[in-house]
Amino acid sequence: MNAAAVLTQLFAVIVAVAAAPLFLGWVNVCRAWLQNRRAPPLAQPYRTIGKLLHKEAVLAHDVSPLFRFAPYAIFGSMATAAAIIPALGLDLPFARAADAIALVGLFATARVFAALAAMDTGTAFGTLGARREMMLGFLAEPALLMVFFTASLIAGSTELPVIAGTHQSHTLAVHPSLAFAAIAFLMVLLAENARIPVDNPSTHLELTMIHEAMVLEYSARHLALIEWAAALKLFNYACMGFALFLPWGVAVDLASPPVLAGALAVLAAKLLLAGAALALIETVNAKIRIFRAPEFLAFAFMLAVLGLLVRLLVQE
Amino acid sequence: MNATLAVEHAPVTREQWLPRIEALHAAGARLLTLWASDERDHGEGDLLRAAFLQPGGVVIVELALPDGAAPYPRIDELFPAAARLQRALRDLSGVQAEGGDRRPWIRHGAWSDGDAPLRRDFRGGTPDPTPYGFVRVRGDGVHEIAVGPVHAGTIEPGHFRFSVVGEKVLRLEQRLGYVHKGIERRFTELAPAAARRLAARVSGDSAVAFAWAFCLAEEHIRGVSVPPRATFLRALLLERERIANHLGDLGALGNDAGFGVGLAQFMRLKEDLLRVNAQVFGARYPMDAVVTGGVAIELTPAGAALLQQQFSVLAGETERLRAIYDDHAGMQDRFLGCGKVPGELARRLGVTGLVARASGIARDLRVDLPLPPYDALAVRCASAAGGDVAARVAVRFDELAESLRLGGELLRRLPPGEVCAPAQAPAPGGFGVGLVEGWRGPVFVALETATDGSIRRCHPHDPSWHNWPALEHAIIGDIVPDFPLINKSFNLSYSGVDL
Repeated sequence: MNAAAVLTQLFAVIVAVAAAPLFLGWVNVCRAWLQNRRAPPLAQPYRTIGKLLHKEAVLAHDVSPLFRFAPYAIFGSMATAAAIIPALGLDLPFARAADAIALVGLFATARVFAALAAMDTGTAFGTLGARREMMLGFLAEPALLMVFFTASLIAGSTELPVIAGTHQSHTLAVHPSLAFAAIAFLMVLLAENARIPVDNPSTHLELTMIHEAMVLEYSARHLALIEWAAALKLFNYACMGFALFLPWGVAVDLASPPVLAGALAVLAAKLLLAGAALALIETVNAKIRIFRAPEFLAFAFMLAVLGLLVRLLVQE
Repeated sequence: MNATLAVEHAPVTREQWLPRIEALHAAGARLLTLWASDERDHGEGDLLRAAFLQPGGVVIVELALPDGAAPYPRIDELFPAAARLQRALRDLSGVQAEGGDRRPWIRHGAWSDGDAPLRRDFRGGTPDPTPYGFVRVRGDGVHEIAVGPVHAGTIEPGHFRFSVVGEKVLRLEQRLGYVHKGIERRFTELAPAAARRLAARVSGDSAVAFAWAFCLAEEHIRGVSVPPRATFLRALLLERERIANHLGDLGALGNDAGFGVGLAQFMRLKEDLLRVNAQVFGARYPMDAVVTGGVAIELTPAGAALLQQQFSVLAGETERLRAIYDDHAGMQDRFLGCGKVPGELARRLGVTGLVARASGIARDLRVDLPLPPYDALAVRCASAAGGDVAARVAVRFDELAESLRLGGELLRRLPPGEVCAPAQAPAPGGFGVGLVEGWRGPVFVALETATDGSIRRCHPHDPSWHNWPALEHAIIGDIVPDFPLINKSFNLSYSGVDL
C-alpha cells in the first residue's frame, strides 16, 4: 500500500461525504420539476444541515448515552461504506479489507443503531418507526446479498472493485442474470432509502412514517448527522449500482489529474441521470400500503434469486 | 315562492320528551342538533331544544327544565350522534342528561363540572385538573399510540388515541375541544352585524354556509325577503366554496397516498379559483359577502364572464385529473376498501352530508329541501355505495362536476335587480333557524333575539358533529398508516365543533 493509494482512498470518501447532499438536492429538484412545482435550491440539503449544526441540541430527559452516540455511529457506518464502494477509482486499499458482504453488514449496523436509538426515547412513534424499519430491513438485506452474489459469481470475487473491474473489461458481454439483479437492486434501493413507493421522505404524517418516525426526537447536530448520513446512504446506493451494473468510466488508477477529472465527470453524469430516474419513479408511483412492502421486497428477493439461478444454469 | 324553511315547534313535557323523539326516530327523522338556552332571567330555568330534520322541514322539540329539575332523558340511544352533544351541553349549559357518558367533552379543565359558561350569570369558573379518562384496551400485545393535539403538519388540533396490535387498529378514541373559544357566548355580546361576521368564522372553510344559515335565521325573524339576484349570488358563493374545498381535499388525498402530482395540480386549480375570487369578489375567501337581506357584493358582466370561463376550464381540468386518479393502480389500491363505513352503520350512527352520500345515503338539502335558488336548478345528488375512501373521493369528484355545472347555470340565469333588501328597523324579538347544505353537509344555525334586537342565544351547528364518531368506526380493522388517508377523506372540522 503506497501513500498515493491512501490519498485516493481518502479522496473518495471526502468526495462521497461532500457530494451526497448535492445528489439528494438534485433528486428533490427533479421531483419538484416533474410535479410542476417550483424547485428548491440545489444546495438546500447543505443549508438544512448548516442550519441544524447551528442549533442547540435538545435531548429528552431520560435518554441513554446510546441516543447521543447513534448519530455518529450511523454517519460513521455510511462514511466507511463510501470507502469500500468504487465510485471514482478501483484502487481502494480499504476495499481489500472489507467486501460486499461486509458492506451489507455496515448498512445493518447503521440500521440497528437507528432502531435502538428510536426505541431509546420510549415514544410511540420511535418504536413504531423502528419496528417498521426492521421489518423492511430483514427482507431487504437478503435481497441485497443475493444481488451481490449474482455479480460475484461473474467476477469470482466479493470485492466490489474487483466486480466493477471485471464488468468493465467485458464491455460487450450480455449477462441476463445481471438484468434480474439490477431490477432487484433498484427495488432494494427504493426501500432502503425511504423513497416512494415504500416510504415518503417528504411526508408530514407521523402515522405513516418509517425512517422519519425513528428520527423525530433528534435535533440540531444529531439530526444534521442523521440527515447527512441519509443523503450519504442514497449516494452510496447509487454508486453501488454503478459499480455493479454501469462500471464504465471508473478509473483504474486515480493518480493523474486528467484521469481523476474524467472519473469525476463520468460519476457526475451518472448521478445526474440516476437522480432524474429516481425522481421519475417517485413521481409516477403512489406510496404502497405498508403491508405491501414485504411483498415488494419479497419480489425483489425473488428476482435476485432468479438472477443467481440464471447465472448458475446458463454459466455464461 | 316558498323562501323559508318550514319549522315546527313542539313543546313537550318531561314525560312526552322521549316518546316524541322515539316517534321522530321511527319516522326516519334525522337529528340536527341539541342545545339549551338559559331562561332564568325570565324565571324559567333552562329550555332544552332538539332539532330534527324530517321530509317536510325542521321540527324542534322543546323541553322546559325548571331550576332543580331532574336530568332530562338521554336520546343518544336513538341518535348516537347525540352522545357528544349531550356531553357538550352539560359542559356549556350545565344541563345534565340522565345516565350516559359523564366525562367532559368541550371542558378541558379551564372550568369545573357545574360551572356553565353559557349561563347568563357565569363570570369565569375554577380550573379543574382532573385528567381525562380514556378507554383502555387490554390484551396481549395491545399498546397505545397517542397522536396530537399538536401534529407534524399544519392542521387543526385534535387528539387521537389508538389502541393497536402491531399495525392493526383495535380502537380509536378522539378527544377534541382544544379550540374551544366560547363562540356561543360571544354571540350574545355582539350586535347582529358583528354576530354575522362571527358566524362566518365558526369554521373558516364553511364561511359562506354559516353566514348564509345565520342570515336565513335573522331574515326569518325580521321578515326580510331576499331579492332573487341575491339568492343566486349566495348560491354562487356557496358553490365556489364547495369547489375550493373539494379541490383542496382531492389534492391532499393524492398527497396522503404519496402521489405528489395530485397535490400540485389540484392546489394550482384551487389557487386559480381563489385568485378569481379576489378579483371578482374582493377577497380570496369571501367570508363577509353574505349579509342580512342579500349580499355585499355585485357581479359585473366582466366578472360573470370571468367566472363562467373559469368554470369551464375547471370542468375540463378536473375531468382529466379524475381520469388520472381513476387509472392509477397505486392510488386505487390505497383508496379501495380503506376506511369503510357501510351504509347500515352510517344510517345507525346518523352520519350526514358528504360522508353519508359516500355510504349510499343520498341526502342533500339542495335536493330534499331546496330553498331559492336551488328550487329552480334541479340539483343532482351525488352518491356512492362503497363507503370507503374511494367512494368519498368519487363523491367529491361528482359534486365538483355538479357544482361547476350549477355555477355556470347560476350565472346564465342570474336575474337582474337589487342585491340586498333595504335595511329595516330591528324587529321585535323572535326565533329563527337557517339550514344550508355546506360542502361537508347541513349547516344549521338557530338564532333567538330579544325585544331590543340584541342576540339572546345563537347556536351554530357544524355537520362534523355527526361524522366524527363515524371516523372512529371507519379505522377499526385498518392499519395505523392508513389513518391519515381515512381522516383526510372525511376532512372534518375541529373549529366547527369546538365552539
